[in-house]
Order: sequence, then C-alpha cells, then structure tokens
Amino acid sequence: MAHQPGVAVMEAGALEFRAAEVEDTDERRESRETVGTPFADDPRMTCRDVNVYYGDNHAIKNVSLDIGREQVLAMIGPSGCGKSTFLRALNRMNDTIDGCRMTGEIRLDGQDIYAKDMDVVPLRALVGMVFQKPNPFPKSIFDNIAYGVRIHGLAESKSEIEGIVEHSLKRAGLWEEVNDRLDQPGTGLSGGQQQRLCIARTIAVSPEVILMDEPCSALDPIATAKVEDLINELGQDYTIAIVTHSMQQAARVSQRTAYFHLGDLLEVGPTDQIFTNPIHPLTEDYITGRFG
Amino acid sequence: MATPPKSTIERVRATLARRNRAERRFKNLGRAAVLLGLVFLVLMFVNIISTGYPAFWQTYVKLPVYFDPQVVDPQGNRDRETLGSADYGALVKASVRSLFPEVEGRRDRRDVAKLASRGTVFQLRRMVLADPSLVGVRTEIWVPVDDDYDMLHKGNVDRTLPEADRRLSDRKIGWFDRLIAEGRIESRFNATFFQAGDSREPELAGIWGAAMGSFFMLVVTLSLSFPLGVATAVYLEEFAPRNRVTSLIEVNINNLAAVPSIVFGLLGLAVFINLFGLPRSAPLVGGLVLTLMTLPTIIIAGRAALTSVPPSIREAALGIGASKLQMIVHHVLPLAMPGMLTGTIIGMARALGETAPLLMIGMVAFVVDIPQSVTDAATALPVQIFLWLDSPERAFVERASAAIMVLLAFLIAMNALAIVLRRRFERRW
Ligand SMILES: Nc1ncnc2c1ncn2[C@@H]1O[C@H](COP(=O)(O)OP(=O)(O)O)[C@@H](O)[C@H]1O
Ligand SMILES: [Mg+2]
Repeated sequence: MAHQPGVAVMEAGALEFRAAEVEDTDERRESRETVGTPFADDPRMTCRDVNVYYGDNHAIKNVSLDIGREQVLAMIGPSGCGKSTFLRALNRMNDTIDGCRMTGEIRLDGQDIYAKDMDVVPLRALVGMVFQKPNPFPKSIFDNIAYGVRIHGLAESKSEIEGIVEHSLKRAGLWEEVNDRLDQPGTGLSGGQQQRLCIARTIAVSPEVILMDEPCSALDPIATAKVEDLINELGQDYTIAIVTHSMQQAARVSQRTAYFHLGDLLEVGPTDQIFTNPIHPLTEDYITGRFG
Repeated sequence: MATPPKSTIERVRATLARRNRAERRFKNLGRAAVLLGLVFLVLMFVNIISTGYPAFWQTYVKLPVYFDPQVVDPQGNRDRETLGSADYGALVKASVRSLFPEVEGRRDRRDVAKLASRGTVFQLRRMVLADPSLVGVRTEIWVPVDDDYDMLHKGNVDRTLPEADRRLSDRKIGWFDRLIAEGRIESRFNATFFQAGDSREPELAGIWGAAMGSFFMLVVTLSLSFPLGVATAVYLEEFAPRNRVTSLIEVNINNLAAVPSIVFGLLGLAVFINLFGLPRSAPLVGGLVLTLMTLPTIIIAGRAALTSVPPSIREAALGIGASKLQMIVHHVLPLAMPGMLTGTIIGMARALGETAPLLMIGMVAFVVDIPQSVTDAATALPVQIFLWLDSPERAFVERASAAIMVLLAFLIAMNALAIVLRRRFERRW
C-alpha cells in the first residue's frame, strides 16, 4: 500500500518521542508545537505554516501537515478549534468568506493551490467537499450528480453522463435504493441517502482528494454506519480528510489522526497510536474525555 | 413559617386564568380588526359594482332611417369623397323627427333630434361607406340614445323632482316614454365601452384606449425594470465589494422606494421630455417614469430573495467547482425567482394604479384614438378614471366605476399570474 512507508516514518517518530517522554509537566502541557508525525513520504497535499484569520481572530496557527495518498486522515478536536476552517483552506472555500485571510503554503501534488495563476474552479473539482448538513441541489437525483460532470465538460455524450451517474451512485452504495427514481428530487431522500448522494455528486467529477466536514453529524446511527462503510471503502482509492467530533468514527475510518486545539495542531499520528498512546497531555485529556 | 409553601403547580394555576384571558382578548381584537377590514372591503366592492355595473349596459333606440339620395349622394355617382362628406346629421334629424311629427317650433325640433346619440351621425356614415348600395334604402337601425335619456332609462333621473332641477324636462321625458310604449327602446350590452377611446359623449366613451395606454406602459416598465432590477440585485448582493460606496448606494435605493411618485413624474418631465426630447403623453415616457419608480421595489425584493437562498446550496455548487456565475445562474437565481417575481408583480401593480407621475408628463390628455404604439398619445386606466370622475355628467361617473372594475380585474389577473408563475418555479423544488 502506498501509505505504508509513511506509517513507518510515523512510528519511528513516535518511538523517538516516547524515548524522550517526560512526565505530564506544565511545560509540556503549555507547548503548542506539533508532536508526532505530521509529515509523510510522497504526500498528496502538503501544508506548511498555514495561518488563517477571520478578521482579527487567529483561527489556525502555524499548522504544518501532510495528507498522505489514498488514506483517510481524521481531524478531531473540541468544537471551535478550527477543524472546519483548516479543511476549508484545503479547497479554498474560505475564499468565499469576507474577511478571511490565509498565509502559508498548501500544495496539491506539488502545486501551490494559493498561487496567483491557480483557478479555484478546477481546484475544487480536484478537491471535492462533503458538508456537515446534506445539501443536495433542489433538482432531480440524476441532475444532482450530472451537474458537476456537465459544468466541467467531463462527458461527451448523454450516455456517458448516464454511465457516470450510475457508476457514482454505485460507488456511493445508493444505486440499489434510487435507480428506479432518478428523476425524483434529491431533497426527497432520507438524510443518510442525501449525504450519500452528496458523496456520489463529489466523486462524479473524479476528484483526487475528498474533504468531509462532520459528514455524519446530522445522521442517525444506521445512516452513519453506512456512510462510514462508504468512507472506508473510498479510502482505498481516494485521499480523504475528514473532520469528526466522534472519536469512535475517527478510529473506525481513518489511518491517521490529527488533533487540533484552539487553532493549534497539537499532535498527528497513526490513529491507533493516538487513541492508545497519545503523546501530548492535551490530546490525552481530549480522548479520555477530560476535555472538550 | 405561617403557611406551607405553595407547590409549583399551584403557583402556575394562579396565573393561568389571567394568561388565558389575555390570550383570548388578543385573539378577539385580531378577529375584530379582520372583520372591520372585510366590512369595508365589501362596502367598497358593493359601492363600485352597484354604481359601475349599469355602465356595461346601454339604452338603444330603433330609428327608421331613409338614406336620402338627395342628401347623401346628390350627383348619384357613388363617389366616396361625396359619400364621406355628406350631411348625415340631416338624416338623423329627419329620422327622429319622423317619429314625432307633431313636434313644432325651432327649439323643440332641435331638442327632439338630440334624442339619439351624436355618434349616430358617424354610425350612418360608416354604414354608407361600407356599403354604398344603402343609398336610397329605407331601413330601421338601433342606435344608442343620448346619455341623459340613458340615465332616465336606468332610473337615475328622479321624476318627482321639480322640473327645473332635472336635466330632462317633462316634455323630453314624455317623448322617451312614448318611444318605450312603441317598443323602440331596448337595453343592450355596451360593447362600445370595451372598444372605444375617450369621448365627450358618455355613450360613445370607452375604456379600450386607456387600457391600451396602460398596457403599452406596463410593457415598457416590465421589460426595463425586471432585467435591470434583477441584474442590480444580483450585482449588489453577490458581486459588489462591501464598502462605503456600496452601502451609500444601498441606502439610496431604500430611500428611493419611499420617494413620492409625483417626484418621479417631475424627473421624467425634466429628463425624458425636456432633455431627451421624447414625445409628451406617450406610454414610452410613462413606462420610463414608472420604471424608475418600480426599480427600487424590485431591487429590494430581489436582494431579499437572494439572501434567503440557503447558503448550503451555494456551498454545494462552489464545492463541486461551479464558478460564481454558474452558482448564481444555475442554483441561486432559480430559488430566488419566486421572491423576485412577487416583488416585480407588486411593483407592476403599483405602476398600473399610479396616476400622479403621469399627470406630470402629459398623460392626462383627452385622447380619442386608440394608441397603436408606445409613442402614440395615450392615457392610462387610473388617469381615465380620474378624468371621468371629474365630469359633470352622471353617465361618466357610472363609467368611472366601471373602469375601476376593469382596473381591479387587471390587478386580480396580474396577481393570479404571479401566483401561477411562483407555483411553476417552486415546483422545481
Ligand atoms: N465564517 C466565519 N467568520 C468568522 N469567524 C469564524 C467563521 N467560521 C469560523 N469562525 C471562527 O473560527 C474558529 C474556528 O471555527 P471552526 O473552524 O468552525 O471550528 P470547528 O469546525 O473546529 O468547530 C472559531 O473561533 C469560529 O468562531
Ligand atoms: Mg466545524
């Protein structure tokens, strides 16, 4: 697997830290340096010294992080710590917010996405996004998925569009449920189906990275389980960054986990290690439920 | 402690009766207000309809007409020029007098001839020009009676009043009663009212000229203010940078919506007529003035409609890689359209009922011809109502009420259209 070397590096890093580990001192607790293994070999996206401000509010502070190829990175942390903000920096959705500024560098496959000549339109096709609340277009199920394909001119013919729609719905595990009513409004589906429709809509334009902002927080447990299965499966071929407030979810779907705290990225590491053996005292507080 | 403390439920009970009473009082006040409004609405409709309804009917008299060749075509060569300029008035006089051979004296003979509408002259001329073989023929035709007799027939003349206080003398009433007895009087549907322009004679006056004027004006207003208003709303809401200049523009647009309409009329006079040299009394200028007046309404409604589009839809579109314009055109505008249409129809309805600015640009003129284009002289429905209500003839007042009914029908039709359009757009989920 492509991420294997990355994991090896991380584990080495973790060991290094463990060796140097001291007691839960005030000094360690105060530290806002990122510990663990924020960097990966052959990453899909690299973020260096990223700062995001809403006016005077410094929402993301000096975050450096790699997102590995074809793996799922979970971002956890107490609410308001900047997970969404960071995620939205990855496909420049923050550009649409008045007064939102960003410094630092984010690269996708080596290319600076904040470069002057970078157009957000192709970027957002390459880096798709699934939102917290399912937000299908008030159009038919078919048109929901075909929309992105059409505006990006990804299909030559009608039958090709139909093929993409079918394939995307199948990938999202929704085909069986909706293939007899593709002309019905997407907004008429259940919440879980809507969210999977949104995922299908995102993969229809064949992105390289999929960003998900708490995609299950508006869903019931059964729908959540389905979406989690889907994320697990998509993680085989796509690079996924998912924000979640549920540590169980992070444990279930991700290979790496990043812990954010009040705008700082405190710790990054393999998911099982973060949950069993966190390095930073604040990470430990969070995952043991003492904080957040 | 003297008394045991009361439980929560007891305390709540104590205040419950008072709370329920307050709620009932409020509900009853609301009902009374709605009822009062309804009563006045019904009163208004009853008044307008009862006054205006008779205007849809017109009293006709059957006249024996002899198209005397001596009068119509003395040379006998059926020359259209001669036929067109013949003295048809003489035919009408002769015809009416033949019904009352006993009437003598210059004044009486003149008065009796006025029984038939003045329009009879033109009616006969039209008939002859359309069919010259009528010359020399004796026939009976139905023509409208003069408006005073029309009023008499509709029961609007109080016969018990002293003769001097009536518009019709006993003698004239006698003539008319004799015609009724002879079966020469009939009430017919007043098609003229829906086909003619204005006239000095109520029985010849119609609403069509004013309706066409209003129509042309609304066409101009709609085709300018809707695209301009929507484009402005979209630009201000979606593209304009938030700075001093845009907020100044915003404040001014909101203020413009509250500017008295006559001020727009003044502006129209100064700019469109005096500066640009556009014709006076033309629906084009009226439409331009009403455009200025309706634009703020449409812009404000449009912006409200745009802000009410859920941000999640915008994010969905942007997140999939739609450009800003694609997001707006494909997703935001369709969702905002019902609200924009409502604003537009409200603006149009206001424009349709507007009188004051039209006075300033000369659309109060007395216009007989039906306007054929946006540059022809025209009036508008509300102006026509105003002009008729101002007339001394009772028959014009009746027609004004009928015109009000037509205007209301127009408004109801526009509102129905708004509802239909909204449904159609909303059906796209
Ligand atoms: N659109 C915005 N405008 C201004 N401040 C914002 C906006 N969105 C988020 N913030 C602020 O940025 C910080 C991080 O928010 P967010 O990224 O939404 O946190 P999380 O997703 O981790 O709960 C918060 O302090 C929040 O108040
Ligand atoms: Mg969030």
